Amino acid sequence: MGYELNFNLIWRNFDKLFQGLILSLELAVVAIGIGILIGLVLAVWYVSAGRVVRAIIAAYVEFIRNVPLLLLVYLVFYGVPQVVDLRYGATTSFVATLAIYSGAYLVEVFRAGLEAVPRGQIDAGRAIGLTPWQRLIHVRLPAMARITLPALSNTFISLFKDTSIASVIAVPELTYAAQWINFNTFRIVEVYLVVTAMYLVTGYALLFLLRLAERRFRVDR
Amino acid sequence: MIEQILYAIPFLLEGFYITLLVSTLTVVISLAAGLLLGIGLVYGPAPARLFVRIFSDTIRGIPILVLIFFVYYGLPAAGLDLSSFWAAVAALTLFKTAQVIEYVRGAIGSIPKGQGEAGMAIGLTFPQRLRYVIFPQAVRRFLPPWINGVTDAVKGSALVSLLGVTDLMHAINQVIGRTYEAMPLYVLGAVIYFAVNFALSALSRHLESRFAFIRD
Repeated sequence: MGYELNFNLIWRNFDKLFQGLILSLELAVVAIGIGILIGLVLAVWYVSAGRVVRAIIAAYVEFIRNVPLLLLVYLVFYGVPQVVDLRYGATTSFVATLAIYSGAYLVEVFRAGLEAVPRGQIDAGRAIGLTPWQRLIHVRLPAMARITLPALSNTFISLFKDTSIASVIAVPELTYAAQWINFNTFRIVEVYLVVTAMYLVTGYALLFLLRLAERRFRVDR
Repeated sequence: MIEQILYAIPFLLEGFYITLLVSTLTVVISLAAGLLLGIGLVYGPAPARLFVRIFSDTIRGIPILVLIFFVYYGLPAAGLDLSSFWAAVAALTLFKTAQVIEYVRGAIGSIPKGQGEAGMAIGLTFPQRLRYVIFPQAVRRFLPPWINGVTDAVKGSALVSLLGVTDLMHAINQVIGRTYEAMPLYVLGAVIYFAVNFALSALSRHLESRFAFIRD
């Protein structure tokens, strides 16, 4: 037990960790923003589409869900630029990967949500003469949003944790900042103690806030 | 491209074996530990419940990658020297155990209270009630999410490559380091992971539909 904890070097570099945490949150927010768009479009398309489109959407969902996120991150960052003539930085690459990844999970969430909208509400919309588009915008999507809110917050928290994988392509988020401090100060245990605490506190603070929001929009039964 | 893939296959097979080994160890150990702790969470005395609750909520709140680094770098400082392989397995197992605990809690919690009370009414002891009334029903609720969670273990095992364990992910990166052809190998790797996990999730769906007849 020759190891003595010494947090001084961690506090001296704390701004790195803090900036890393902010970047982690930003990555998660942008990724879920794009992911929600992907998920919504594909889910709405799925429930009204024919067999071929359904099969293609299902293939996307199943493929992404059954492959490690780490591999997808490598594939987009190192693999895709070899085949396609595209230049992008590590951060863009990771956000794109995480967005495509979360999109696959959210298609399922939204699809289930759309199917859970009570039949009577859609019929009521039809009865008062709403067009299919109006029924989607004014009836089905608002009802779906309330139903899917809890699943959406869970996805967001889990994406926030997944941003740690961005460190493997040197995106300077929280885990990368930890590694940087680790390489420069060798205060390994301390830095991971602090970083773990930061992930935990942020994660549970987010969860608390999202649950508050959910309660506000809850569907009263 | 075919040539590169043929060149890569022996390396990938070795890596795939490690991936399966890591996943299997993780799944088996976490199943045992998770069942024990999960039952402790449902039926244990208050201090045990609190302990398991804190354990599960803490572990599930940390990114797996951070947990892996924490175990790998942290344990030697605590005087326990694990190889990177066992450190990785330990970290993945901790994470999976927390998940299994929640599956167990969910499965037992989904059995209506009246079942246990009926068992009590006909004079069954507590172990008998578990053995003959609760568990046979709870296991059907437990299996589908658990098998689905096995795919998470296979996917999560890719993270052990970051400790230098030569699993499938690491083998892929090593081959790319020699051939500089990233895309075909990442796609090949994705297909292998997909095949394993898709089979597992298909099994999970099958069991779910088989057990769907159980209603409250």
